[in-house]
Amino acid sequence: MLDDFLWRATLAGIALALAAGPLGCFVVWRRMAYFGDATAHAAILGVALSLGFSISIFVGVLVAALAMAFMILSFSGRMFAVDTLLGVAAHGSLALGLVAVTFIPGVRVDLTAYLFGDILAVGYVDLLIICAGSASILVLLRLRWERLLLLTLNADLATARGIDTRRENMILTVMLAVLVAVAIKIVGALLITAMLIIPAAAARPVSRTPESMSGVAVVAAVASVVAGLWTSFQWDTPTGPSIVVAASALFALASLFALARSKHMR
Amino acid sequence: MSLIQAQGLGVRIGARQILRDVNLSVRKREIVTVVGPNGSGKTTLLRVLIGAQTSSEGAVVREAGLKIGYVPQRLAIDQAMPLTVARWLALSGTKDRNRHLRIAGQVGISGLLKQQMVSLSGGEFQRALLAQALLVQPDLLVLDEPTQGLDQPAVASFYRLIEEVRKDLNCAVLMVSHDLHVVMRSSDHVICLNGHVCCQGTPTLVSAAPEYQALFGFDTEGALALYRHEHDHRHDHVKESGHDAG
Repeated sequence: MLDDFLWRATLAGIALALAAGPLGCFVVWRRMAYFGDATAHAAILGVALSLGFSISIFVGVLVAALAMAFMILSFSGRMFAVDTLLGVAAHGSLALGLVAVTFIPGVRVDLTAYLFGDILAVGYVDLLIICAGSASILVLLRLRWERLLLLTLNADLATARGIDTRRENMILTVMLAVLVAVAIKIVGALLITAMLIIPAAAARPVSRTPESMSGVAVVAAVASVVAGLWTSFQWDTPTGPSIVVAASALFALASLFALARSKHMR
Repeated sequence: MSLIQAQGLGVRIGARQILRDVNLSVRKREIVTVVGPNGSGKTTLLRVLIGAQTSSEGAVVREAGLKIGYVPQRLAIDQAMPLTVARWLALSGTKDRNRHLRIAGQVGISGLLKQQMVSLSGGEFQRALLAQALLVQPDLLVLDEPTQGLDQPAVASFYRLIEEVRKDLNCAVLMVSHDLHVVMRSSDHVICLNGHVCCQGTPTLVSAAPEYQALFGFDTEGALALYRHEHDHRHDHVKESGHDAG
């Protein structure tokens, strides 16, 4: 019989993987990797907030991620290229968060858990919140799927079809912020974007439709979580980074497969 | 009764006045073509009509429940998104598989349904875009330079196709085009745009109008030369009686 904490960790990781697979596809299709980074790094600011005001980490992180995402949305397109703006936002908020934490009175906080995650420390309540967050993302995605796809392909086409593009963009942003809150304890602020884009990117070469890509991305993400946990258990490696290493290995395999296939076809 | 109507439309983006006092209307089963040089505001006009761009002045009036099938000027599908032609057609929201097959046959892409969208040739891609717009079962088909990048025979066959499907679906067509000669023959109404409506009317009327000739410069040798057009000039607009654009 496995230990209780390992079961909780596995379930939490799988819950994250289920939502990160399809949502990560949108991040890849819409080239939002930097946007994801900025939102995720703001999570550290959220951690400082939570510790400072003694509120739930999830709430603090969700608020910080949402604030960051909407700030970027309203500032983009002015004076600077988007990647410059996102770079400022991502690194600025990370640094500010790291500085802010040191001002919190009381015990010294070990930030490693929030930077790289501490999946083995996930408690029952945490698990419940992670599952609820993940489930709400999946339900929203299921309801908005066709609209979000059309919007991703061409905003004008979506508008002509009567889709409110501002509203759909907002929904996508909220989903991303919820995912950041869900993932902070599992892989940590620095590796959240990795959980979004690496499984999706690994799924791309073997997929023919958006749906198959998000399905394969889920499988890749779940496999990474399980493989990462196992590695971590066997060799005592840090869990969050181990999960991301496993995902990267899957990506490398898929890319090699695609390369071999295109050579073969030529 | 007009399907869609623009009343005194003006669009200003930053300091630039892109459109000024544009009136137009599209009625049921009518083919209306907008011609004009580059930068004359053709695409902006269409974007205002479909609701993708807000106007600074004037208003767009649509018939209640108007369904628009839109073919954008450019649709760049990111390599990261896998998308077969069949899945693209399903994005029309029409579940009926038989209709998919019928429309695909009509536009000539039946054999391509399993192909990736990014692997299609220019002409095939345009046909796939048109097919999705048709599957919406539109009252109004809006096409923004749908034959861009196609060679002459492909352009001609694409317009034949549009005339054909219009008869079939009984919808109106509003399109922007550069291919003046091919397009004008089949249009009921032509609007010559250059920031404002320079002249409009039947194809024959417009092609004979001095404003149109000044814009597109059909000289005696028949060569096509574009003049720089003064934005604030005044001239008597050609108006076809019976088609009240206001």
